[in-house]
Amino acid sequence: MNRKILRLMENDARISTADIATVVGISESEVEEAIRAMEAEGIIRGYKTIIDRERIDENSVSATIELKVVPKAERGFEEVAERIALYPEVESVSLMSGGCDLSVVVTGKTFRDVSTFVAKELATIDSVTATATQFIMKRYKDHGVLLTDEETDEREAISL
Amino acid sequence: MINYDKILADSVKEMKPSGIRKFFDIANTMKDVISLGVGEPDFPTPRAVRTAGIRSLELAKTKYTANRGLESLRQEIQSYVYRKYNIQYDAASEVLVTVGGSEAIDAAVRAITNPGDEIIIPEPSYVCYEPITRLSGGVPVVINTRAENDFKLTKEELLSAITERTKALILPYPCNPTGAIMEREDLEKIAEVLRKRDILVISDEIYAELTFGGARHVSIASLEGMKERTVVINGFSKAFSMTGWRLGYACGPAPIIKEITKIHQYAIMCAPTTSQYAAIEALRSCDEAVAGMLEEYDARRKIIVKGFNDLGLECREPKGAFYAFPSIKSTGLSSEEFCQRLLYSKKVALVPGDAFGESGEGHVRASYCYSLAHIKEALKRIGEFLEELGDKR
Repeated sequence: MNRKILRLMENDARISTADIATVVGISESEVEEAIRAMEAEGIIRGYKTIIDRERIDENSVSATIELKVVPKAERGFEEVAERIALYPEVESVSLMSGGCDLSVVVTGKTFRDVSTFVAKELATIDSVTATATQFIMKRYKDHGVLLTDEETDEREAISL
Repeated sequence: MINYDKILADSVKEMKPSGIRKFFDIANTMKDVISLGVGEPDFPTPRAVRTAGIRSLELAKTKYTANRGLESLRQEIQSYVYRKYNIQYDAASEVLVTVGGSEAIDAAVRAITNPGDEIIIPEPSYVCYEPITRLSGGVPVVINTRAENDFKLTKEELLSAITERTKALILPYPCNPTGAIMEREDLEKIAEVLRKRDILVISDEIYAELTFGGARHVSIASLEGMKERTVVINGFSKAFSMTGWRLGYACGPAPIIKEITKIHQYAIMCAPTTSQYAAIEALRSCDEAVAGMLEEYDARRKIIVKGFNDLGLECREPKGAFYAFPSIKSTGLSSEEFCQRLLYSKKVALVPGDAFGESGEGHVRASYCYSLAHIKEALKRIGEFLEELGDKR
């Protein structure tokens, strides 16, 4: 049941509890209870809006920064990852396989904001030995949602 | 100047499309219509299927195939039909690949109809059976199935339609537009009538994969003694979202398939080769993709059925296909009036129930081959329409 609810909400966080109840076949209050429980357990971590920043008059620059990190004896990469995650400029932090150790997505208003942040904050962390910054030039899809112009329905309005 | 009226065949001139076609033309040219009007899936064809089609083109597999269809496809169809519906056919003599289910219906009806032969057609149902029967020189005998029976065909209705001239029964379940299905016990009663008689069943099972609420499709051909008197028609359009590929098939007794194949051979040669290669992949590897689409349809189905009922338009639970068929009798309007006014005032396109036979009057067909958001918007507008209708009365 939880999985069904999550699948619906993952698609559309604003789907009404009434609609979820109809699809899953339980009462609205049961849906609300299930959602509350999943929030309490940390399964549901939040609800955010997917914004196509190119369509609003707002400066925004993002970059993916690959970090090489010397792991600590006890906690490996955890300590530095958690520390980096605390910066509000940081959108995501992930431990990677392959060429780098941590991959960090940083967002700022301008290129300079982001490069300053990398140079002054990330690169100066003791255990960080190297950074490689790649600026994102254009997003085509974000969180599974296409940001390109929506596909038009090629079907006619009526067919039997 | 040439007199086209003299040139054209009377039987064709007499065919519908009637007034309703005008309504469709208006709906299809109107801008910003929120439609619940289509009879085809919104999902893209599964990628594996598209890739298989492309690969066949890259390998220049672009020749005619055997009239009956690629042997490898017929074998896949044989094992699919056995796996899904528990009917055992011989791929060499009992399977024919056609241009959509439509061609299979046409060729099957033509293969059995002598002038004056009667073909029984339960309605409301898909629009092709009656014109095809007439073009073949047959006489359509319509059974008006009833809302209170969930639009299932009953034994009594069948018995009252059978005469000495009855050649065949069209069995259109799961049903477009009603969403009705025939479950095993329903089919047993029909089979009981037919086993004693020389009447062929043309079972149009194009929506077989689309059944809901735990009800699995049962083919009448899988009942005892029925395989020898049934032509099963199915295809790739609905289940695999492959409408534009135009591919279907007929399975049935070898003596019948052999004759249908003659018509197919002269009229069509063979079904499109690219589509046939793609279809092999659909049958081999797409169970999961189909299940995913089915889950999505089911969510939409529940929302739309509840939506209509909440609006005061009684809507029974459709157990198959992808249509809801609510009653609009409470509005006092005819189906066509309802749909026209709704289209003009709220730009929502539905199909009047009588497009599928007189017995569809008092209902409208709403397809749920649309996203949940789209369906919700359409329902909202229908709600506004009903409110304004109420104010006026």
